[in-house]
Amino acid sequence: MKILIQGGRVIDPATGRDELGDVAIATGRIVAMGRVPADFSPDRQIDARGHVVAPGLVDLAARLREPGHEHGGMLESELGAAAAGGVTSLVCLPDTDPPLDEPGLVEMLKFRARKLSRARLFPLGALTRGLAGAVLTEMVELTEAGCVGFGQAEVPVADTQLLLRALQYASTHGYTVWLRPQDAALGRGVAASGAVATRLGLSGVPVAAETIALHTIFELVRATGARVHLCRLSSAAGVEIVRRAKADGLPVTADVSINSLHLTDVDIGYFNPAMRLTPPLRQGRDRDALRAGLADGTIDALVSDHTPVSVDAKTLPFGEAEPGGTGLELLLSLALKWGRDCGLSLPATLARVTCEPVKVLGDALGSLSSSAGRLVEGGVADLCVLDPDAEWRVMPEQLKSQGKHTPFGFADSGMLLPGQVQATLVAGTVAYQQQAG
Amino acid sequence: MLSRRNPQLNAHGELIHLLSVEGLPKAVLTQILDTAGTFLSVNDREVKKVPLLRGKSIFNLFFENSTRTRTTFEIAAKRLSADVINLDIARSSTAKGESLLDTIANLSAMHADMFVVRHSESGAPYLIAQHCAPHVHVINAGDGRHAHPTQGLLDMYTIRHFKQDFANLRVAIVGDIVHSRVARSDIHALSTLGVAEIRAVGPKTLVPGDLREMGVHVFHDMKEGVRDCDVIIMLRLQNERMSGGMLPSASEFFKSYGLTEDKLSLARPDCIVMHPGPINRGVEIDSQVADGRHSVILPQVTFGIAVRMAVMSIIAGNEA
Repeated sequence: MKILIQGGRVIDPATGRDELGDVAIATGRIVAMGRVPADFSPDRQIDARGHVVAPGLVDLAARLREPGHEHGGMLESELGAAAAGGVTSLVCLPDTDPPLDEPGLVEMLKFRARKLSRARLFPLGALTRGLAGAVLTEMVELTEAGCVGFGQAEVPVADTQLLLRALQYASTHGYTVWLRPQDAALGRGVAASGAVATRLGLSGVPVAAETIALHTIFELVRATGARVHLCRLSSAAGVEIVRRAKADGLPVTADVSINSLHLTDVDIGYFNPAMRLTPPLRQGRDRDALRAGLADGTIDALVSDHTPVSVDAKTLPFGEAEPGGTGLELLLSLALKWGRDCGLSLPATLARVTCEPVKVLGDALGSLSSSAGRLVEGGVADLCVLDPDAEWRVMPEQLKSQGKHTPFGFADSGMLLPGQVQATLVAGTVAYQQQAG
Repeated sequence: MLSRRNPQLNAHGELIHLLSVEGLPKAVLTQILDTAGTFLSVNDREVKKVPLLRGKSIFNLFFENSTRTRTTFEIAAKRLSADVINLDIARSSTAKGESLLDTIANLSAMHADMFVVRHSESGAPYLIAQHCAPHVHVINAGDGRHAHPTQGLLDMYTIRHFKQDFANLRVAIVGDIVHSRVARSDIHALSTLGVAEIRAVGPKTLVPGDLREMGVHVFHDMKEGVRDCDVIIMLRLQNERMSGGMLPSASEFFKSYGLTEDKLSLARPDCIVMHPGPINRGVEIDSQVADGRHSVILPQVTFGIAVRMAVMSIIAGNEA
């Protein structure tokens, strides 16, 4: 199948390329950009005039809920949501049921995702067996099965001795360990400590839950040389500690979720369970620091933290509601909104959801690492055609994801979001195209 | 942004549910206190009933056990001639795995007019108010650490009864503020009614500094905290907090924060001492003080019935 994407503003954040032109695709790869050879005869043409042609988005945190949480979401619905959101590669978390702690599960997921031929799926393996924090998993086997790194999702490792050994072992083989910095005991609350939690009578998670965990992780990184990716920073103090660690040359990267980037604890309002999220929403100064940290590169990537949750699990009192919200279809728009609010250029904005997350994945992507999240002649044709100026209201029931709960639903947030995906191509195949009209 | 509107009030600003004192205008609080005043005399009559809620069904839904609070609501409802159904949910349907909202839907189908809800999770009555039929009214009888609005209102009634006016009062709330829904409701009510100063007194484990953002002066020294106060509200120390990570022991708490004659002498001579009950003698309050001339703990109980009658009759008369 040969496809010609015509007349779009072609943006490659990795090189800063930003010019009007065509993109020619054949056998799953980009064969030409800008001026396409006259003898290129496409089977299909996509009119991108007035639109942007960008690399497909790379999301470092999305839960697809399989296996075990199918009432929340299924591979098919969630990969469909990814394609509709312009996401062509995503990292899924190991907190499935059973957790991704053995190679068979990982192979099965990869196989099923490939058959659906939507977004590319890169599983994170469990760092410890059953995520129980006691026994290391077979990381070599899991890597051969397709894992791109190892983590504990939301389950903190309470035993620092074990965490040290996990980092030693992972670094022996050059694997990246993905950790959400949260102290096990201090992290037990349901909202961020502060005036809102105190007023509403919700148990609080203090900032120290994050900063203590960060300090511990950094000491262990210094001791082991392990490469660590820090998931979902949530506090201003946390951003500052990461900034210093990076300045010291520690091999660490970090991400932030769309939720923490745009919302604060005040949005909990009258106990709105859609705002029950992990990490919990913090205060305005934390949000501002996260935005600045993402802009200056302290935080490498913006992630959807996509977590489809069933209606039954969400319509509960705030503290009992399952944390998380759907996000794959909102990642692009919330990236654009952040970029616009911060006065960033479109290429600089898109970098945080394309080439920068690919750098976090690094060699774990294998042959894809040189062209995923980028537009490269000869590279894979994973791309997204988008209208950056179109504004829309999030109507949760219209989302493709099985999870309809999002803090950004128009009724809750009142937000108009910029940016609509026109088409998504994965390996040169159209995985999503917006219906005309 | 519908969900941002205070869910307790209808479009005309009238009270349709009582979920929290927070966000209620002064006029609504005053209306409740004034109405309670008219009901107080009913309690002294030989026939202690008025026919205001005749034919209405009020369900007491106590997801968390509390005989005392449930009884006061039951008495209030019966004195308004309503039919009262007590459901001990903690031991029935939810124990069989029924979800909160399914329970509510089932009871709504039995044509309930009002739910009086106690739940261990902060905010649970909001969820119920959001999902029940439009004609059903919800009264929060205590949710987690969040609110206990009828207790807050009866405390205000008591203060007004003994002090007439709120304007120049200095009020100290002493004890376990962090876990107390009563404290939160009192703080909101006192701020709205415009007292001169609200103090929160207790150790740092029980009195978080964030309270300052609710307009409260935080004291960790009991003597300083009660000095020159017109009203002292002692909170109940829950058994599970008496020893552990929050406090070493009940006796050490009493030593630092228990209200004794000695400490009370630092307050204003006409200071009143309140307590939401049940009291722990010798833990938060000395028997001499609990039974002494400053104590208004028993009048609080009496006023509680009238205040709950007032709330029920007012919200039953307002439409969503």
